[in-house]
Amino acid sequence: MLIKQISVFIENRPGRLSDIISALAAGGIDIRALSLADTTNFGILRLIVNDPARAAELLRSQRFTVSVSEVLAVEIPDEPGGLASTLAILNGAGISVEYAYAFITRKAKGAYVILRVENNNIAVDTLRAGGVKLVGAEELYAL
Amino acid sequence: MIWNEKYETMSRDEMTALQSERLRDCVKRVYENVAPYRAKMDAIGLKPEDIHGVEDLHKLPFTTKDDLRDNYPYGLTAVPMSEVSEIHASSGTTGKQTVVTYTEADVKLWGEVTARALMMAGGSKNDIVHVSYGYGLFTGGLGAHYGGQTIGAATIPVSTGNTKRQVQIMRDFGSTILMCTPSYALYLAEAIEEAGCIDDIHLRAGIFGAEPWTENMRREIERRLRIKAYDIYGLSEIIGPGVAAECEEQTGMHIAEDHFIPEIINSDTGEVLPAGSRGELVFTCVTKQAMPLIRYRTRDISELSYAPCSCGRTTVKMIKPQGRADDMLIIRGVNVFPSQIETVLMTIPEVAPYYVLVVDRIDNTDRFEVQVEIRPEYFSDEVRALEEIRSRIAREILSALGISAGVRLVEPHTIQRSEGKAARIIDKRKLY
Repeated sequence: MLIKQISVFIENRPGRLSDIISALAAGGIDIRALSLADTTNFGILRLIVNDPARAAELLRSQRFTVSVSEVLAVEIPDEPGGLASTLAILNGAGISVEYAYAFITRKAKGAYVILRVENNNIAVDTLRAGGVKLVGAEELYAL
Repeated sequence: MIWNEKYETMSRDEMTALQSERLRDCVKRVYENVAPYRAKMDAIGLKPEDIHGVEDLHKLPFTTKDDLRDNYPYGLTAVPMSEVSEIHASSGTTGKQTVVTYTEADVKLWGEVTARALMMAGGSKNDIVHVSYGYGLFTGGLGAHYGGQTIGAATIPVSTGNTKRQVQIMRDFGSTILMCTPSYALYLAEAIEEAGCIDDIHLRAGIFGAEPWTENMRREIERRLRIKAYDIYGLSEIIGPGVAAECEEQTGMHIAEDHFIPEIINSDTGEVLPAGSRGELVFTCVTKQAMPLIRYRTRDISELSYAPCSCGRTTVKMIKPQGRADDMLIIRGVNVFPSQIETVLMTIPEVAPYYVLVVDRIDNTDRFEVQVEIRPEYFSDEVRALEEIRSRIAREILSALGISAGVRLVEPHTIQRSEGKAARIIDKRKLY
């Protein structure tokens, strides 16, 4: 039930984000979702793509600094309170969220949220027990 | 007023005779009491009796910062430790401190030479000397302090930091002469302007040193603090502040050459250059007891002038150092060698040992940034983890060098791999 996420280190310098995205475009990689964390010093670009293994290899070959980590994806109702109930479940179990980002698609009815937590397995069990719909890799990449 | 007319206004012949006599004595003492010097002289077949006077100075081997490091901590001390009354230290090239020892007589000499500097700046026993150099292992604070005490001035050991309190002391205690780094003088000027109390400040002169500064900075300090600003030169290996200082003519700094014999050499060949040539400044401390260094290479680039001075002093003048013969940086008065940063980075597995040091001066304070490449295998998707690496590097630099640095993580393979060290330093301060 875990999703592979590509993270890329971005130095604080003009054009770096564009360089990365262009490299992916040239390699025919489709971006499902992205989030950019920035500090005054550097940024971290996080991506969900249709082919994470190939995307990571492609970026590494162009000397980008890449790491692949496992995150969770949940499908939530695209309506007020949809995310609140999911987060309440995690919070109730004492699981803290490192970061999260959400996206919607034209095809699916629900909204998707990518969650990075400290312990994926415990979070998966907790969310399942709470009746939250987890989205698998195949399903997500194929969106 | 001249503090020590006898020595500061000697004729050239008298000075040469005095220096020669002192040099002969010094070489003898050093040869007998300092094994590393004896070994160096024996290696080239030089005996103390071969040194007849200053004309033979060039025959003696040089001393470098490496010699101090190799003989850490007391190897170059020429007297038993029971004779040592004070110990100071400054940062060395590779993290090991450079230790300097003083006997009671050396401390007295130190007071004498800084007293000369204070008198050159118009000081007297009626002054209230405000010392804002750091007191401690750094020689700035105590060196200035001894000078103030020697001329009989009321000396305030304010030390560094707490700028608001500094301004209050300056106002309430009636400080008349300020001694600190030039950048701190500007910082104080700013604090005084903020407090709007310049009319309550009674400073008339300032003696500034321990870091490079420009004529523009001098004018700015003079205008904003309403004082006359004097330059002072020194380094702990020789004695500390007071090796040379400016008189009212301000065309160079009079060297206390009856104690510290200067030479200018070509730093590549070691050859002595004639007066007026630009080269590396070298000193021989002929009267110091505890650590009489012979031909110590300062790595400072300067020139000597024997031209007569309107102040009446006859001692040789050196111009403000025009740069360094090595890659040492002086940041907020602290000596920083790039190799020290490298040593720190080597202990941090998450980064590659490639770095760029960027020094700038913003709001009159030196800003120091270390740009370093993160290693791909340690890259994390979490901001927190990277921030932790950054703050760990800053912490290690602070603990090893005593200086706070901004750390900037850059992408792997983006820092130029160069053989030359100079490419690793970007100094935007334009101080020379």
